[in-house]
Amino acid sequence: MNDRSSERLILEAGRADRQYWWDLWRYRELFFILAWRDVAIRYKQTVIGLAWAFVRPFMTMVVFTVVFGKIAKLPTEGTAPYAVLVFAGLLPWTLASSILNDASGSVTGNAQLVSKVYFPRLIIPLATVLVGLIDFGVSLIILAGVMAWYGVMPDWHILLLPVFVLLAVLVAIGPALWAAAMIVKYRDFRFVIPFAVQVGLYVSPVGFSAKIIPAEWQLLYSLNPLVGVIDGFRWAILGGESPLYLPGFAISLLVTAGMLWFGIHTFRRTERRFADMI
Amino acid sequence: MADTVIRAGKLGKSFIIGHNKFQHSAILGEALVRSARSVVRKGADMLRGRAVVEGDELEEFWALRDVDFEIKRGEVVSIIGRNGAGKTTLLKILSRILEPTTGQVELNGRVASLLEVGTGFHPELTGRENIFLNGAILGMTRREVLTKFDQIVDFSGVEKFLDTPVKRYSVGMYARLAFSVAAHLETDILFVDEVLAVGDAEFQKRCLDRMSEVASAGRTVLFVSHNLAAVTALTRRGIVLKDGQLIFDGPVEAAVAHYSASLAKGKASRDWGRGRHSAIIAADLLDVHGMPTDAYEPGTPIRLRLEVDASDTLGLGFNMQLRDANNLPVGFYSSNAFSQRTLPSQPGRYVCTFDLQPLFLASGDYSFDLTTVSPPAVVDHDVPNAILFHVATCSPGGIAYDFNQNQGDGVLALQLEGRLRIESKPPAAD
Repeated sequence: MNDRSSERLILEAGRADRQYWWDLWRYRELFFILAWRDVAIRYKQTVIGLAWAFVRPFMTMVVFTVVFGKIAKLPTEGTAPYAVLVFAGLLPWTLASSILNDASGSVTGNAQLVSKVYFPRLIIPLATVLVGLIDFGVSLIILAGVMAWYGVMPDWHILLLPVFVLLAVLVAIGPALWAAAMIVKYRDFRFVIPFAVQVGLYVSPVGFSAKIIPAEWQLLYSLNPLVGVIDGFRWAILGGESPLYLPGFAISLLVTAGMLWFGIHTFRRTERRFADMI
Repeated sequence: MADTVIRAGKLGKSFIIGHNKFQHSAILGEALVRSARSVVRKGADMLRGRAVVEGDELEEFWALRDVDFEIKRGEVVSIIGRNGAGKTTLLKILSRILEPTTGQVELNGRVASLLEVGTGFHPELTGRENIFLNGAILGMTRREVLTKFDQIVDFSGVEKFLDTPVKRYSVGMYARLAFSVAAHLETDILFVDEVLAVGDAEFQKRCLDRMSEVASAGRTVLFVSHNLAAVTALTRRGIVLKDGQLIFDGPVEAAVAHYSASLAKGKASRDWGRGRHSAIIAADLLDVHGMPTDAYEPGTPIRLRLEVDASDTLGLGFNMQLRDANNLPVGFYSSNAFSQRTLPSQPGRYVCTFDLQPLFLASGDYSFDLTTVSPPAVVDHDVPNAILFHVATCSPGGIAYDFNQNQGDGVLALQLEGRLRIESKPPAAD
């Protein structure tokens, strides 16, 4: 790493940094270390420690199953047990919402670093994605347990699950990057994001199946990109029991791509002035 | 190899800063009107995509202006200047933390900067974990940290506590570990800002030795410090900044002399504006000989001299607010409230000298905000940071420990009155 004395860099106002993506690669270790730090400190000085990673998603699943399945008596998809349906929706939702929550506040949360050291700032929100994925992995284990309990066996569809995981991450990153940049500039957004996440939980088919939305509204409903992601998850996990609604899925993809571009664009444009504003 | 590694041309940096003009208004209605106005202004700023700045009045402030210099490979250069001269801003631009407003910088080589020690240290993590975390943050690879690990631990002298969370460390241990990581950075170009002021006298000496080792190893080092002795010992060339402008660039001895001279004369030519009834024209900290200074010796009386132009008011008094390097209030004095002393009512110029009780201020930077106050308690002329000064070392009674603001012990070294009394307590007789 010491042989780069030939590298040349020009700093100027408003200059797009051509080295940026190369820098991002070079600082990849920092990315892992920041993620590791966030995981390492999370369960320090707790009694049950890592068990929290299991307890939290499991309890949410139980509550949702009782509220939506038993009390509201919403229909499941095919013969799938309601708990599995809920969990298959809860997984991508938790992944996406925790990325949005954590990544959006991450730059201001690391203000000390931003004002004292240089590194590509994208690393900070991206590191929280890795943390979200680790939690996701834990939840996946619980899902396997729940499915085994109900005797639900996944078929070949499950092989496509990683694609939908990636999609869930992409859905969240766009708005999260945008929000992270905005929070640096206007702290007001710190109050907006949790609210948006809360609303998101009810307008996304987490506790219920997207199939209960009337057919004429399905396309419009798919403008919420999480609809496509959650549908995809259920399709991959429940297999044939939950067919994928393709036009809606395509719209979800388009919206995701648009938000991703916008998020990265905003972040990159604002990033150079983070230290001025933070 | 005498090629240029840093070239700065017409470098400038401006900030928008806000002032709270009516800081002490206690009237609810007025406060409401002001916050409503501030919401409207901030909202308008937001629509135009500007950042939010707190305060009633905005001002563009140039922290750096038209700075030009070139640094060749292997040069060791110090940047000298008083508080607010733009030294740290310059380092932050060079280390890519801040973006210049005007001009440009060309850098050739891998850069690392130390603006503080222990950036990113996490209190819950152990010493070992923090070495890796901090190393990565400073731009070291895991492999680099691994190969240097033993040296780092050796240098810090905390090997016994490597697996203890650093929140259980003493201030000194923490600082030593943090500096040790930083001291083992290997880059072509190194920027160092005031990080030597940590730990006890012995550790400071080791830090200085280490710095001169680095400097003599043929690397390019830019070094900011208030410690003029260290500056002369470590560097050959000095750049003097004043109010954001480069006023001298040459041999370090000449730079130090230039800096000291500029301290004495720079003070007369200040324009702080005026209030409705009065204007603070000059303000100085005086040394024991009654000469203006910007260095305060802990434990000596704090003598301030103010020159005031009073136009017409009755009973004008002064408030002074002492602040530390983070601009947090440390102490407050009000002549009307505490001493019932006010200026005479005739208009004219007055020179007032205040002798404040000695304080054992920890080493670091301080400032006094000065305010003239017309009765009952209306702020008239407010000059934030009117007096800037610096404490080089604070080791009361010649102890081997330097109290420093950065160490987290606070800003005062506490002193015993008389001797420490220790008596054994007889068991209570029931």
